[in-house]
Amino acid sequence: MPPWADAVLVPVISLLLAFAISAVVILLIGESPWAALKVMVTGALGSSYGWGFTLYYATNFIFTGLAVSVAYHAGLFNIGGEGQAAMGGLGVALVLLAVPWPHWALALPAAMVGASAFGALWALIPAWLQARRGSHIVITTIMFNFIAAALLNYVLVNILRPVGSMDPASARFPQAAHLPKLGEIAASLGFAWGKNTPANVTLFIALGACVLVWLLIWRTRLGYEIRAFGRSEKAALYAGISPTRITVVAMLISGGLAGLMAINNVMGESERLVLNAVEGAGFIGIAVALMGRNHPFGILLAALLFGFLYQGGGELALWTTIPRELITVIQALVILFTGALDNLVRMPLERLWLNRGRG
Amino acid sequence: MNYSIALEVLDSAVRLMTPLLLACLAGLYSERSGVFDIGLEGKMLMAAFTSASVAYVTGNVWLGLAAGIGGAMAMALVHGLASITFRGNQLISGVAINFLASGLTVLLGQKWFGLGGRSPALEGGARFSPVTLPGADALAGVPIFGPLYREVISGHTPLVYVAFLAVPLTWWLLYRTRFGLRLRAVGENPASVDTAGVSVVRLRYGAVAIAGLLCGLAGAYLATGLSAGFVKEMTAGRGFIALAALIFAKWRPWPALGATFLFALLEALANRYPEISLGPLTIPSMFMNTLPYILTVIILAGFVGRAIPPRAGGQPYVKER
Repeated sequence: MPPWADAVLVPVISLLLAFAISAVVILLIGESPWAALKVMVTGALGSSYGWGFTLYYATNFIFTGLAVSVAYHAGLFNIGGEGQAAMGGLGVALVLLAVPWPHWALALPAAMVGASAFGALWALIPAWLQARRGSHIVITTIMFNFIAAALLNYVLVNILRPVGSMDPASARFPQAAHLPKLGEIAASLGFAWGKNTPANVTLFIALGACVLVWLLIWRTRLGYEIRAFGRSEKAALYAGISPTRITVVAMLISGGLAGLMAINNVMGESERLVLNAVEGAGFIGIAVALMGRNHPFGILLAALLFGFLYQGGGELALWTTIPRELITVIQALVILFTGALDNLVRMPLERLWLNRGRG
Repeated sequence: MNYSIALEVLDSAVRLMTPLLLACLAGLYSERSGVFDIGLEGKMLMAAFTSASVAYVTGNVWLGLAAGIGGAMAMALVHGLASITFRGNQLISGVAINFLASGLTVLLGQKWFGLGGRSPALEGGARFSPVTLPGADALAGVPIFGPLYREVISGHTPLVYVAFLAVPLTWWLLYRTRFGLRLRAVGENPASVDTAGVSVVRLRYGAVAIAGLLCGLAGAYLATGLSAGFVKEMTAGRGFIALAALIFAKWRPWPALGATFLFALLEALANRYPEISLGPLTIPSMFMNTLPYILTVIILAGFVGRAIPPRAGGQPYVKER
């Protein structure tokens, strides 16, 4: 089978299968899939308001998708994006509350350091345990998601909560640290676009991260080592690549990327740290990375698709009787078909190609 | 803490450990056969939903139980297809199953009952009622043992006893039968089982189906025994605690009983004492609830005993290699 078929045809057919079954699910709950699709498209893409939300969600998913993919290139399945992004939020909050920032352009790099450092730190422990103690990274990252949630709950309730407030949330970040929203930028340029939507300058950082991850994985020595290690641990060891170093470095980058997501949701949107700020984006990263075939460009496309699904799903819940959870089902089917069942599509396709070659 | 409070905590621990134990044994069968299963949570959730729905509609808890088993088995079949037949990534399949259950239960629940993902409250014959073991009242007068027997051992719903009986049964099946020998072998070295002329695929499907059955019991117990109806996300991470207990127990049935009891006891204590004060130090309930996960990480790190999973776990078996 030619490489393009494996890279494009297999995921596209898997995706279509996932969508077909989603349509059947919608039919089963007595709604019209066509009408649902129309609500989703107009709600997510039909106005600059919809686009503002779609791009905001897509920004989250780019970070978590890249995070999952960097680990995946090293043969590590990082399910801990949720916890790492939550800890990244704590990093952002601590940085922004500790210093009275005079301008967002100064606050942003500092918050980025805080976010990625906390995310990376949260990934470091499972990485080290996998590299040195042989404990399976999937299990430890799952455990670390729960531990992060509990830790954050404790910190918000007992430490960061302002005196007199009943809300388990931190104080508001200083006004000067407010990140420009895309809608505000458009307004200052004199046209109305995406008013009152949370999409902000973090989108450009996410796009930059895509380019950097592409450079890292395919254009640097470290990226080569990561891929070699992911393909064959034995061969990598023989080539003088240290498994411990690659495992730890890949997970640090992965956790850092997941943590960076907090710039978008914590600093850019809510402007204070609240409970469950990540809203499952860490898990959606898994679907995004699988669908994007672990390539930054694929991840960008997949993140846009999931941004559309997320925003469209919200509109669906608003205007029809179909609950938001439809998105969870679609997400599950995408993960199932593009991740676990891709041989279901690949096997017949390979047979097709073999027969064609023979004939 | 006096004796009667201790009994109350123990009683609640027994209730809370039942779904954990059933799910833990489910994971044990699956993983012993070489199929990793992080979808325990999803299967349990699906079972909780289907059992509550059918029990509500028919008013019969036994039909609910059957539906619960059916729901979990359907999910187990998906896992089997992905990880055995199509040799997909078992971890990814497990993740997908968790999401599938989490979404489908709310979607279908909203469609059927319109209560935002809840099922209506179950009453009467739609719930499991407690069983009083023989002699519970007669022995109540016996000091120490009498109250223990009446409060902690007697007075649970049938599934609790099923869960406890499943432990010796699993032990016997695993270590004293031909099926058990093959099951353990296929998780360590599937090629040897294949060479002996036993079907790896059939054995693994069998194990995955047993896991579905046990998750079905666990979910049905949650919705129709422990509480009266289905609530969105009601498994609340129990599938992952069961997974943690499985690692704690090093994939063995009797230690699984101990591990799930320990974790349930922690939960029962955290429920009863939201904050435990030890003089100058106050332990918050969040810490108690997280303790199973922290303990598992410590065990996995090999600082306290080493947990080595079945060798062929996670790898699809390819005959021609």
